[in-house]
Amino acid sequence: MPDFRIKKHPILAIPQRKSIEFTWQGNTYTANEGETIASALFANGIHVFGHHPKDHSPLGIFCANGQCSQCMVIANGSPVKSCMELVQDGMTVLPNDGLPVLPEVEEVPEFKPIHEMDIPVLIIGGGPAGLSAAIELGKAGIRTLLVDDKHRLGGKLVLQTHRFFGSTDAVYAGTRGIDIATRLEKDLSQFPSVEVWLQSTCLGVFSDKKVGILREGGQYTLVRPEVLLVASGAREKFLAFKGNTLPGVYGAGAFQTLVNRDLVRPAEKLFIIGGGNVGLIAGYHALQAGIGVVGLVEAMSECGGYKVHKDKLARMGVPIYTSHTILSANGNEKVESVTIAEVDSQFTPIPGTEKSFECDSVLIAVGLDPVNEFYLKAVDFGLRVYSAGDAEEIAEASAAIFSGKIKGREIARVLGSPVEDIPASWYKTGEILKSKPGRTYYEQLPDLAEGVLPIIHCSQEIPCNPCAGLCPNGLIIVDRKDIRSVPAFIGNNFCCAACERCVAGCPGLAITLVDYSSNPERPTVSIPYEFTRDVISANDIVTVLDTQGTKLGELEVVDVHTIPSSDRTLVVQVVADASIATHIAGIQIQEANITHPMLQYVKHVTDDTIICRCEHVTAGEIRQLIRKGYRDINEIKTVTRAGMGACGAKTCSPLIQRLFKEEGVPYNEVTGPSRRPPFVEVPLGAFAGEKPEEH
Amino acid sequence: MNQTSSTNFDAIVLGAGSIGTPTAYYLAKCGLKVLVLESVPSVGQGSNKRAIGGIRATHSDPAKIALCLRSIEIFSTFKEEFGDDIEWDRCGYAFVAYREKEEQTLKNLLKTQKTFGLNINWLDAATFREVIPDINPDGLLGGTFSPDDGSASPLLTNHAYYTHAEELGVEFHFFEPARSMQVENGKIVSLTTDRNTYTAGIVVNCAGAWASEVGKLAGVDLPVRPDSHEAAITEPVARFLGPMVVDIRPAPGSTNYYFYQHITGQIIFCITPAPNAWGFDTRETSSFLPMVSQRMIEVMPRLKNIRVRRTWRGLYPMTPDGFPIFGWAPGISNFLLGVGLCGQGFMLGPAGGELLARLAMNNLTEQDMTTLKYVSPERSFEGQELLK
Repeated sequence: MPDFRIKKHPILAIPQRKSIEFTWQGNTYTANEGETIASALFANGIHVFGHHPKDHSPLGIFCANGQCSQCMVIANGSPVKSCMELVQDGMTVLPNDGLPVLPEVEEVPEFKPIHEMDIPVLIIGGGPAGLSAAIELGKAGIRTLLVDDKHRLGGKLVLQTHRFFGSTDAVYAGTRGIDIATRLEKDLSQFPSVEVWLQSTCLGVFSDKKVGILREGGQYTLVRPEVLLVASGAREKFLAFKGNTLPGVYGAGAFQTLVNRDLVRPAEKLFIIGGGNVGLIAGYHALQAGIGVVGLVEAMSECGGYKVHKDKLARMGVPIYTSHTILSANGNEKVESVTIAEVDSQFTPIPGTEKSFECDSVLIAVGLDPVNEFYLKAVDFGLRVYSAGDAEEIAEASAAIFSGKIKGREIARVLGSPVEDIPASWYKTGEILKSKPGRTYYEQLPDLAEGVLPIIHCSQEIPCNPCAGLCPNGLIIVDRKDIRSVPAFIGNNFCCAACERCVAGCPGLAITLVDYSSNPERPTVSIPYEFTRDVISANDIVTVLDTQGTKLGELEVVDVHTIPSSDRTLVVQVVADASIATHIAGIQIQEANITHPMLQYVKHVTDDTIICRCEHVTAGEIRQLIRKGYRDINEIKTVTRAGMGACGAKTCSPLIQRLFKEEGVPYNEVTGPSRRPPFVEVPLGAFAGEKPEEH
Repeated sequence: MNQTSSTNFDAIVLGAGSIGTPTAYYLAKCGLKVLVLESVPSVGQGSNKRAIGGIRATHSDPAKIALCLRSIEIFSTFKEEFGDDIEWDRCGYAFVAYREKEEQTLKNLLKTQKTFGLNINWLDAATFREVIPDINPDGLLGGTFSPDDGSASPLLTNHAYYTHAEELGVEFHFFEPARSMQVENGKIVSLTTDRNTYTAGIVVNCAGAWASEVGKLAGVDLPVRPDSHEAAITEPVARFLGPMVVDIRPAPGSTNYYFYQHITGQIIFCITPAPNAWGFDTRETSSFLPMVSQRMIEVMPRLKNIRVRRTWRGLYPMTPDGFPIFGWAPGISNFLLGVGLCGQGFMLGPAGGELLARLAMNNLTEQDMTTLKYVSPERSFEGQELLK
């Protein structure tokens, strides 16, 4: 039986888990105890979870985050979101083909009264922002309830295998995201005034100032907080293109969830849409998991993400197509290829530039939208409410950690707790951490070829400073007042001790070390490497590349080692000609042939650009109405059903707004959609106080 | 939305909702030049879109019975007449009885309903279960069943009327409520909005929950005030439920509740709040779902697993006696009223629109004369609707 599990990973430990069995369409498969149904299906190579009742098109996972409702299956007779529901031993799982049959029930269940509670502070979301806020409130001894819909705290931090950018002092920069989650979780556990509910989904904020929470997957509870902090993070934006609902097209965050949390290999060859940090990092995570990355398109002329992330991907052998867009994902039941094209300055595809690539997955990484429905309702209803992290403003997780900390302290003060004033510098740091990349400078490479030199291939202003703390002699500096400045080596050629801490510790893998001391003509170059050790060893021939991913030559590996502060990053040493030594920035990871275009591009003729995934409403249908003069999204909803589906218009609303923009309608002429609770679908029985049966 | 510069119309309809939109259509069909003024951004965005879609002729008074029988004729032939699929489903209505009190109430009502020739019968428990197999049989006494009643989509119906009204040249101005009316010698001579002043032969008040405010613009007091009802819709599932199920037993928080499976497979449900929730507040409450879900699952345990998708509140423009108001406003010769529909605007809309058009054109039928006695603006409002 094919097994699509990740068996080894350079960063993540592979836990031993109990094997259980479940059936899919009558066949028996193996799953790991404690994994979701979706991951168990992916681990067995099953990607099509059902067919849409409207047009019978195949359905697969999209968000893997309990938001979009695309991954419904029938588990033991009941329709469930396979990305949220854990697989059970002996579970019968069937595809959700058409409308599900509601199971018959003979007995009236026992109802319990709905539990209601008062609490000074309720925090929705236990990611970086919520955790940090909870810690501040815990320090102040304020009774706080933190709810999170996942099985563990940390939010998206637990998906991040890379070292974090940002400020070492303020937000644990230099530490891997997964480890930051564990640290924050541990810090929080010291504070008895904070209660944590996991697997607890916030359903809505009501006009009587109560917040409805489905506790631990079943018990509906109404919480009345004095202050509400919404730290519910973000959801991924969907994108309009032909074939965009084919199984195999999913969000980059979904991909990271499957790979880094659930340790399944959902793809063999994937293509990434979007050159922001999320897309760039997802590409890196794919390579770490042994998945090929065929390419990445970015519509702008430059990637929006950090240059170091882009460079890292480029020099591992991933082609990055800027000023390109996706035209279509192609395939019958799932993605078989992708077609891209170059765009002009108006972002219109240029005929004749189409190319297709074989791939089995397309990752959409075109940005995030705040999960702000709870915040907006709370404001409407006059509840004292704050928001932090991505729920407030989309930025890096490091910024979310810091904004949560500030909000936690602010709330403590509002509640009259005798906590210290918030230093003005906190707000400044908060702003710096949120800032987008700034100027890019030309890389300054030293010309004197002697002694030992760290080469810093980091030439863009980004909020990041771990390197400044790594050099034991303090020779690498980043402006302390503004960590967005680019780092500089302030020593000469004879003061670096060649300890390689900067090489192993730079989150962007953007520092190499060139040692001329034994042979000035043929110096040794130390290169950071974050892949499994067994794929590289001394005497291997590797292709070395510069920051842009240009090949510099094939060289022999002379040594692979770690240093005490490595934390799983390997240091690979090669000997190179002095002429190229300082230019070497990385080692090519994947073979070039995976990135070659197909001989002919795949024309996608079906008009299946879907805007509303839930109700399968196409862009064409909505455009037609906009051209007829429709300006109220609620009227579009009336006529097409767009936004009436299971996700509560979370996925399609931003796309419909974009269609208005594309049709030249200013958005102030458009009436937005009504948003109504519950924001996640919940069985009627839960509201009646029924404890749901175990599946 | 083709806005002309003309400010003179044969008729101005105030409100593009369940009553106003069909009324505009039928007035235009009589050849009138019609303007519809509406404060919200598009058609049906006031209370129409909040209606759950039930349509029944099985009322207890001759006026509503006659109007709804006609409405059902229109709903059920809409596809043939207009070409639009409004999701009409002749699903029937079933009023369930678990106590002798409700059995008695329903059976008493049945006698009246029968005299009006309605297709409604009392079913004993066993027969009732054949119609609704998933009904809880414990203590079930039976219920009435009227197979000719049904349901449709309020959104699609209203939108279809809107499209066809526009085809007939009706002008719809959204974001443009009437601000004042100039009355001279018992006649509205002009009507002013934030954008313009208009003149019209007649002005029709179809402002639903806001009818009383609109009436005041012409100095007319209308006994209409909104009661806010809460409703919800679920995910779609394969069809398992035929008729609208109505349980008229009062319980804390609600005087009754009702639910049905729409043709799309979704269960839509609603309560009548007790005490009434007077006013314009349509913000969602935390109490509705816990209250209604227990009641529904007790009557139909199978519903416990269906997942709730959305909740909302909508306004019932109530009159003191529970009957609608159709007719000319007292004291104003050209002010026509189609107001106080008491939450039945959607089902009464098509026939109500036709009736208002006949009033406007002064070609009432004999049946209209009977109907209008019950719904006159000048009645005493002291009676009580038996089955709201």
